[in-house]
Amino acid sequence: MDIVNTFATILARPDLWAGTLRFAAPLTLAALGGVISERSGVVNIAMEGMMLVGAFFAVLVGAATHDIVLATLASVLCGGLIATFHGVASIHLRANQIVSGMAINLFALGLTSFLMFRFYATSGTPSDIPALPDVNIPVINSIPFVGAVIGDLNSIVWVSILAVPVTWWFLFRTRIGLRIRAVGEHPRAADTLGVSVFRMRYLCVILSGLFSGLGGAYLALSVAHSFSDNMTSGAGFIALAAMIFGKWHPVGAFLACLLFGFGQSLGINLQGTGFPDQLVAATPYVLTVVALAGFVGRAVAPAADGVPYEVGE
Amino acid sequence: MTALVSPTAPATIPSATPYLQMRGITKAFGTLLANDHVDLTVRDREIHAVVGENGAGKTTLMNILYGLIHPDSGDIVIDGSPVRIRGPRDAIAAGIGMVHQHFQLVPVMTVAENVVLGQEPGGVVIDRRAAVRQVGELSERFGLVVDPTARVETLPVGVQQRVELLKILYRGSRLLVFDEPTAVLTPQETDELFEILRGLVAGGKTVILITHKLNEVMAISERVTVLRQGRNAGELETAKTSPAEIARAMVGREVLLRVERDEPHIGEERLRLDGLKANSDRQLPALDGIDLTVRSGEIVGIAGVSGNGQLELAEVIAGLRPVTDGHVFLGGEDVAHQATAERRVHGLAYIPEDRQARGLVLPFDVKDNLILGSQSRPPFAQRGQRNSEAVEERARELIRRYDIRPPDPEAPAESLSGGNQQKVVVARELAENPKVLVAAEPARGLDVGATEFIHRQLIEQRDHGLAILLISSELDEIFSLSDSIAVIYRGRIVEVVPSAAADRERIGLLMAGGTIEGGTPSASQVAQAAASLATEPPGTPPPREAGSPGQAGPQ
Repeated sequence: MDIVNTFATILARPDLWAGTLRFAAPLTLAALGGVISERSGVVNIAMEGMMLVGAFFAVLVGAATHDIVLATLASVLCGGLIATFHGVASIHLRANQIVSGMAINLFALGLTSFLMFRFYATSGTPSDIPALPDVNIPVINSIPFVGAVIGDLNSIVWVSILAVPVTWWFLFRTRIGLRIRAVGEHPRAADTLGVSVFRMRYLCVILSGLFSGLGGAYLALSVAHSFSDNMTSGAGFIALAAMIFGKWHPVGAFLACLLFGFGQSLGINLQGTGFPDQLVAATPYVLTVVALAGFVGRAVAPAADGVPYEVGE
Repeated sequence: MTALVSPTAPATIPSATPYLQMRGITKAFGTLLANDHVDLTVRDREIHAVVGENGAGKTTLMNILYGLIHPDSGDIVIDGSPVRIRGPRDAIAAGIGMVHQHFQLVPVMTVAENVVLGQEPGGVVIDRRAAVRQVGELSERFGLVVDPTARVETLPVGVQQRVELLKILYRGSRLLVFDEPTAVLTPQETDELFEILRGLVAGGKTVILITHKLNEVMAISERVTVLRQGRNAGELETAKTSPAEIARAMVGREVLLRVERDEPHIGEERLRLDGLKANSDRQLPALDGIDLTVRSGEIVGIAGVSGNGQLELAEVIAGLRPVTDGHVFLGGEDVAHQATAERRVHGLAYIPEDRQARGLVLPFDVKDNLILGSQSRPPFAQRGQRNSEAVEERARELIRRYDIRPPDPEAPAESLSGGNQQKVVVARELAENPKVLVAAEPARGLDVGATEFIHRQLIEQRDHGLAILLISSELDEIFSLSDSIAVIYRGRIVEVVPSAAADRERIGLLMAGGTIEGGTPSASQVAQAAASLATEPPGTPPPREAGSPGQAGPQ
């Protein structure tokens, strides 16, 4: 009954739950970006690359300016810029969106490795880069357990949580959200009513880049406080899985991210307990496969997801 | 269908001022001139029909009017002032609304959302209550009954069309364009639509109706513009013209609206179905003991409301659907459990209901489509090798004989018009001198000229001794081609009569199952069948087979 006891102890640790939220934050940001992009009809598997680029430029600009706002802004904008490439390829040039997304992931990996070598070849990234601030909530802070879980989280964790209802509201309550969803479901119908399919899709793809870039900034300026090659290590793909797991819905995607975050946090907390932590470290990936294997029931993508729109046919 | 009612009284035409003028519209797609200096003049508050065969340029012209296609040259004048229409937004602003042939609706969204899309009430946030209210008011004002909060995908086709109409009324359009609106409607829904159109015109709207159905033109329009091969081919007053004259303008020659045929020379039995049973895709009994014989030199028409087993019957004979019980005798041999290829060797040919999905391999070129099914037999294959010369030769011969256009053996089948695609199917199926032909909806979706051609081929083959089983949901087609008519209802042949002795009313009633059974799906079928007849149903329904218990009919 040793294992049961071990797990009981771990589940009672506030660290486990705070970790869940921390690990979920970058996934949530990327997944929400994915939801927005795919709701408009553009398949986006490039969150990984966008996060990686965002992470690198957060460190680069942070090291140069020592300004956290500039560093964060740089990562967000770089994410958006990379996303624009995906937009041009998949909207104007009507390229295969999977191929374009994969190309961006590979390009981002190569680019950041190259720039990393170029700027910080021997020494690694500097340690005097600014950090994203934590949010210390006075009263809650002193509540036992709860205080340890949410009393001292990073600002971006809160941003990612707030982004969930905001994204939902944006997609399902605003005029522009209705148009976005119409474009993702039946672009021609939207076009015949004078809604610009291209404008909506560019907007959404770029938004997904901004979200992913912010996720990258969080990884570099809070979690790792540095940049290293391929530091996202699949987070963008887990976010992709979360988006599908969550059935292209902001709340669903968030819950999926929490689940994956829990898996990662559990892996960390099991270290040193004698439980094979490699196995636990694999948990999020196993969950991903289970999720994608239809365990969640049939997930229905937006009808025009991944289908380039051709005017005048 | 309320066929050939007189057009709306000329008194409703208030003035002769043109509301819309399209002048010298020209548009080329590659080398094809889709519109070649086309003029269209539509008067204020009239129902104006634009007719032409498939590919005559009707839809191109309307897409230009709506800004979906940009013309190479030409002007558009609305209410006396020239307008430039660069996109749907401009068209909407100019008061033009279009009900597209393929509905432009987002299935997962509600009626209200679909209607207000692009012009949503509210600020940043949609005022959803206002949207529902406005759509509700609109539907009430124009008598278009529909629930604004229903999801579009849950609505029947006829209701979806009302949603399309609400979309353009919501935008305050004055000129309403309907592109082939009746193609997806039952006869009853068509009548309802026409009532709505008349109401709209009375309310100050102007209507353009794109169609190739002549009875609709006669029934509802005041004037007709005829297009042929991208050019103007006539502008006619409906009251002063006839279907024959319009058809002549459309096709460019005299058209036989009735098929001429001689007495059949009936020979030996070719196809016999004996107690045939089969299931539907959902594994429910679809054929419930079909007994039927088709002999050499005759056409047997299967009349019935869609969904009573016709589709399954064709597939079972063709070998595409397993037989659960009974026999299929082809030239005396039971082929019920033989593969399709073996049946073809026994002389079976099959024109499938869906030529694009079943009849052709669309990306393949015409010559390969013309030998499908015979590709591994001599002369097209010799010792496992393809004989390109023989394939070419066959293609050239059939293209000439069936007048397939363009006459290019290398053209991909998908680049052909519907009529020419069907010619490819018919040419191939008749090429190997079959003994039995199963023709399912052979003229579906075809224009006057192509329909006439296909029908002539069928009659000619029958005169040469082919046994033809014709399945059609168009009662007119059944009556004009068949030598005897078999009525199918719920997977059973309820009656077989020589067509000379067949009575439309009686056939229609049999199609509907003879009596209305409470609470069964047949109620709507009765309505459909009754609507497809011009006259009132007679009093006494035949008792046979109607409502026999224990039948799970096809749904």
